[in-house]
Amino acid sequence: MTTTKAINKEASSREKPFHIVKRTDMPTWKSWLIRILSVLASLVVCAIIIVAVTGDNPLEVYGTMIKGAVGSARRVWVLLQEVALLLCVSLAVTPAFKMRFWNIGAEGQVLMGGLGATAVMLLLGHKLPAPVVLVLVIVVSILCGAIWGVIPAVFKAFWNTNETLFTLMMNYIAIQIVSYFTYVWSSNKGNNVINTINVDNHAGWLNLPESVDRYGYLLNIIIVAVLTVLMYFYLNRSKQGYEIAVVGESINTARYAGINVKKVIIRTMLISGALCGVAGMLLVSGTDHTITPNTAAGRGFTAIMVSWLAKFNPLFMVLTSLLLVFMERGAIEISTVFGLNTSFSEIIAGIIIFFIIGSEFFINYSIKRTRAKEVETK
Amino acid sequence: MKKIIALLLVALFVCGALAACGGSKTADNNNTAATADQKKSDFKAGFIFLHDENSTYDLNFINAAKAACENLGVECILKTNIEESNACKETALDLVDQGCGFVFADSFGHESYMIEAAKANPKVQFSHATGTMAHTEKLDNYHNAFASIYEGRYLAGVAAGMKLNEMIESGKITADKAKIGYVGAYTYAEVKSGYTSFFLGARSICPTATMEVQFTGSWYDETLEKEAATTLINNGCVLISQHADSMGAPTACEDAGVPDVSYNGSTLASCPNTFIVSSRIDWTPYLEYAIKAAMNGDKIDADWTGTLGTKSVVLTEVNDKAAAKDTQAKIDEVKAKLDSGEIHVFDTKTFTVTVDEAKQLNVGAKVDGEGHLTSYMADVDTDEAFAGDTEVIADGYFHESEYRSAPYFALDIDGITLLNTKF
Repeated sequence: MTTTKAINKEASSREKPFHIVKRTDMPTWKSWLIRILSVLASLVVCAIIIVAVTGDNPLEVYGTMIKGAVGSARRVWVLLQEVALLLCVSLAVTPAFKMRFWNIGAEGQVLMGGLGATAVMLLLGHKLPAPVVLVLVIVVSILCGAIWGVIPAVFKAFWNTNETLFTLMMNYIAIQIVSYFTYVWSSNKGNNVINTINVDNHAGWLNLPESVDRYGYLLNIIIVAVLTVLMYFYLNRSKQGYEIAVVGESINTARYAGINVKKVIIRTMLISGALCGVAGMLLVSGTDHTITPNTAAGRGFTAIMVSWLAKFNPLFMVLTSLLLVFMERGAIEISTVFGLNTSFSEIIAGIIIFFIIGSEFFINYSIKRTRAKEVETK
Repeated sequence: MKKIIALLLVALFVCGALAACGGSKTADNNNTAATADQKKSDFKAGFIFLHDENSTYDLNFINAAKAACENLGVECILKTNIEESNACKETALDLVDQGCGFVFADSFGHESYMIEAAKANPKVQFSHATGTMAHTEKLDNYHNAFASIYEGRYLAGVAAGMKLNEMIESGKITADKAKIGYVGAYTYAEVKSGYTSFFLGARSICPTATMEVQFTGSWYDETLEKEAATTLINNGCVLISQHADSMGAPTACEDAGVPDVSYNGSTLASCPNTFIVSSRIDWTPYLEYAIKAAMNGDKIDADWTGTLGTKSVVLTEVNDKAAAKDTQAKIDEVKAKLDSGEIHVFDTKTFTVTVDEAKQLNVGAKVDGEGHLTSYMADVDTDEAFAGDTEVIADGYFHESEYRSAPYFALDIDGITLLNTKF
């Protein structure tokens, strides 16, 4: 560590008066203090922008944001539900990311999972008993997501293709396939809309009865909570989780240690895709009860940010997804109450996230002044 | 030491900013007081829009919602950027939670979620624009509405025909080059009914007019719409119109100096040299009618179709800079004839249809020896079989928007070429 520090110092001190040093000694309380202060600082900057651009009272804007996110029982449930959905996709991409496999195809994997659920609900909803339909929905959607995820993994493992481009392109294919089926299955000829499926018998619906769960999201939330804990232990306490980490650090080290890299890549993407399939299922059979090409609604991409911000720790991801969803829900209310375009709320959210990411830099690195003597000697 | 100073500075900054905010609070209170004065009743109406005011389609609804609520003195809550997903149902229920007695949604894909919300709240009235299911769902508190916008488009087509004639007379084009380009969103009834009525209006004035249609596969995609318009212009179209909701097509026309008949509202401000006229649905009359009924506990029609007569179908001012001479007078003349029933937009004598089973073209339509329609079973009731269920040809014309408010004219008539299809 000291040698790298010295090299860093030497390299950066050649012409600049400042240089960046990695820190390793920051206590946890201090790092959290910095994070909290950075959020406060971001709120101050946002407040200045709100006053300068709109003339609205920033405190009221923030108050409205909070009210929009958690202002009523329904809003709290919707918030938790949205967190659960985003978190599920984030959990899905995390093992791949930890392996340094850039799966940016979650959007497509979610859609394919959703399409599997839709197909079972539509085609078998009135032919088989409801419990059988639900089991099939679960199996088929997980399978669809896993297949969509494993295709780029196989190509990566055997022919070393670029997984970033591969998974990205697979998104567009998935969107087109879903577009095609929304046309084929549209409820009114050619109108591209599949109305809510199985309204009469609720076959394939993943919801508890209304008497137990008034808002219908409890099951989704429980499933994702369980998945979060499982993923935490899988990544941090299991042999497979360790293999993922080693492959991510260095493929050569992994090979040297006798890890079958191909197998790990394929297995991890199977898990990643399958979890995306679960997310698709939660969206289609637990939430929307139908599908559109926009069902994933960008969650596959937002999940990347959630996962990175939390440094691939599933438990932290609860916080980061909560943060993003909270701001999104709040943003909708701001645009309603203040008549501001949603873009404005997005600007605010962007500033806050920028500060949070920035604070990570100051937690991990310190900026030191290069002493004059050192510069002179060069 | 330095860090502590930095921390203190940040803390100071926060306090300072908070103090500054406190100061501006009084101004805001005045603001709310003003709105309270304007409010004449406790009734609240909630509105759900697919996009925000940047979409001409939604802007048209937003303006109508504001106008209707102001005229009736009720509070309105506007929710923009609500997707056609469970989010729509949640937003509708949230609006009910906030005390809305009337909830309205503006996009086709919102429909099944509105129905779910309506079922859960029998005491609240739900209305949905462009939907098709109210007359089959038979809920007392769920309603569809649309307008006979094909009449407006026919009149806009008249303005286009006048312009084509002017171009022919001035020698700018020859009669056989009078080709119109049309940017459509999707290849289905709402769009087909729109461009066909527009084309028939244009051809009633300029008999040699033909039309090419390019679909974008999206209701709102500025780039695609601009590209589609440019493609049509490069194909030799001398006049453009569109049925998609961004400024893509109008700005492409302004850039190329090609006249444009717009939709959803005036695009004059951005396109002063090429904007001719625009047809649009004014939703204010419907919203006033429905909100008033909801306030008084009166029944709202399951299917309400606005017309020229209800002032739901309107045309903007004609832009004399781009339009042909006497366009306004001609529009008024034709409008009076439509109003009186002297002429009908889809008069079967004015167009021919080719039926080709092999190419899946206009299957189910019956035509006479010359190609004029004699019978057509339209898919009025929504069902999965897509089967035609209602005879819509009678008295020599196609009865559009009469058996339900949303359009069902889905035929491909001769003279219009589809460059692509997008579903």
